[in-house]
Amino acid sequence: MNGVDWAVLLITILGIAGYGIWGTRGQRSLRTYLHGSGETSWMVIGLSVMATQASAITFLSTPGQGYESGLGFVQNYFGAPFALIIISVVFLPIFRRLNVDTAYEFLGSRFDSKTRLLGAALFLLQRGLSTGITIYAPAIVLSTVLGWRMDLTIIGSGMVAIAYTVSGGSAAVNLTQKYQIGVIFIGMIAAFFVLVSKLSGNIGFHDALSVAGGMNRLEGVDFSFDVNKRYTFWSGLLGGLFLALSYFGTDQSQVQRYLSGTSLRESRLGLMFNAICKIPMQFFILLLGVMLFVFYQFEPPPIFFNQTAWNNAIATESGSQLQSLARRYEAECAAAKTAISHWLELSHNNTPALADAARAKAQAAYQQSQATRAEAKRALSTAVPHASSNDADYVFVTFILKHLPHGLIGLLITVFLAATLSSKAAELNALGSTTTVDLYRHIIAPQATEAHYLLASRCFTAMWGLIAICFALFANMAENLIQAVNIVGSIFYGVVLGMFLVAFFLRRIGGTAVFYAAIVSQVTVIVLYLTIPISYLWYNFIGCALCIVLSACLQIGLGPNDREPARGVTPT
Amino acid sequence: MAERVTDSENKATRLPVFRTWPAVYAFVVATFVLWVTLLAILARTFS
Repeated sequence: MNGVDWAVLLITILGIAGYGIWGTRGQRSLRTYLHGSGETSWMVIGLSVMATQASAITFLSTPGQGYESGLGFVQNYFGAPFALIIISVVFLPIFRRLNVDTAYEFLGSRFDSKTRLLGAALFLLQRGLSTGITIYAPAIVLSTVLGWRMDLTIIGSGMVAIAYTVSGGSAAVNLTQKYQIGVIFIGMIAAFFVLVSKLSGNIGFHDALSVAGGMNRLEGVDFSFDVNKRYTFWSGLLGGLFLALSYFGTDQSQVQRYLSGTSLRESRLGLMFNAICKIPMQFFILLLGVMLFVFYQFEPPPIFFNQTAWNNAIATESGSQLQSLARRYEAECAAAKTAISHWLELSHNNTPALADAARAKAQAAYQQSQATRAEAKRALSTAVPHASSNDADYVFVTFILKHLPHGLIGLLITVFLAATLSSKAAELNALGSTTTVDLYRHIIAPQATEAHYLLASRCFTAMWGLIAICFALFANMAENLIQAVNIVGSIFYGVVLGMFLVAFFLRRIGGTAVFYAAIVSQVTVIVLYLTIPISYLWYNFIGCALCIVLSACLQIGLGPNDREPARGVTPT
Repeated sequence: MAERVTDSENKATRLPVFRTWPAVYAFVVATFVLWVTLLAILARTFS
């Protein structure tokens, strides 16, 4: 990074954060602090919901997923449109009718205090963990490739988010997210076009898609029923439905975003904007990864994209073995490039039989190079046991630093930091709100003044920010980062969703039944995660189904629930 | 304290083409089907 890159980075990041503080200064009301001005339009809500979900991990890790496995990960989002419709029809009118500050306040209105506390506690636990990952993930990648100090990267980005979130609350989050997502869109689209233009030195866009298709990188829909496959149409539709329903419907970081709308109409339209745009947005980011894959068929790729880890391994006594593997890999990549070029040439000459044979040869040459890369990863793990052999998160950032012009490098690094700030700020805002409303105001200090709660909310927001920074400073993860976030979410979300679905649809079930059912279900899901290797998306479904069935069984055992839900608390 | 969600707000979208919420939801589902179809076509065309 040179001076231009640093100027783009600092002006954009600090400018947006400063504007967030200035634009929301002088807040005196807890309601405004928690919900914003209440005049948010559907477009801002839509962008804010999108920015909250799309963290830096989305933009660092998803292109790496596309590079390694193709478009299949897009299926993870197939349940989202249906989930958002259900939330728009069922959840949203009730939340607005009850005028709740948090989603868990609704559980208190429908059931009782202990169930509200359990819902809030599960949220705080899983979101607290995820917020740590949200800040750790980009920091580890950026510090590794840019040579920044990891602790300073974590503390720096964390403190900026804390500053404007504590100062302006929900309004500052909405205000800054609007500009952050704008920067993100501009940066990602620019990167895509530069990448495609660099491809054209070797092949056109159509041929690039042919290469990607020939190497099985364009299979975005898999209709098989194999539960061991991580991403299929069915796991995406069903598991993704439950994941999205839990995330958008019961996670305060999202509920807080769409409750800030002027009216039910604005909130609904904001959600429908995401229902339509979520799949194409993820497709676009994955396609960027697929184009990176094609790019590296014609430009020599590093054998391991995390070059810092690779250089550390080279310095060990396994260095000569690793260097020998790197030379072999380079030769095999050159052979694969020749084979791919030959295949494309034959496919242009209208000789399908010959082209098919050439494609098979190209595939074999590519597989050969991948076998060597896998061998190198194993050798690296042996040489440096604590190093992660997963380098997918480094693919995109390596391309940015080696192949993009200065200025654009700064913009793309800004994209990662802007995405970190946008999601982290929303999460801190939600953690602070839930701690204030569901724990502090509800249990500890129910009679305090508005100013007291506002101060408490600011303190809790700062406290969660500092906890997230501490977690990130001590974290160490080997899993692909975007999957790590989804796995943590999937373990907790299903049960919380089960509690909400019982609340909405099973009027005869009371708080005691659902409280104990939720505890048993949560323990069961954690045990399943530790013992049975199935796609993590299924935990959402299992946790939710278990919570509902156990609640019904326990209620039967406890006898009829004599506390009917109040009017307006369930769908009419 | 409770905010009133009026029937008209619940039913009218004030959008030019999709005047009711069920119409908006139908459009979202149709868009989903379109994305899945396009993804399947993309894989088939270039496989």
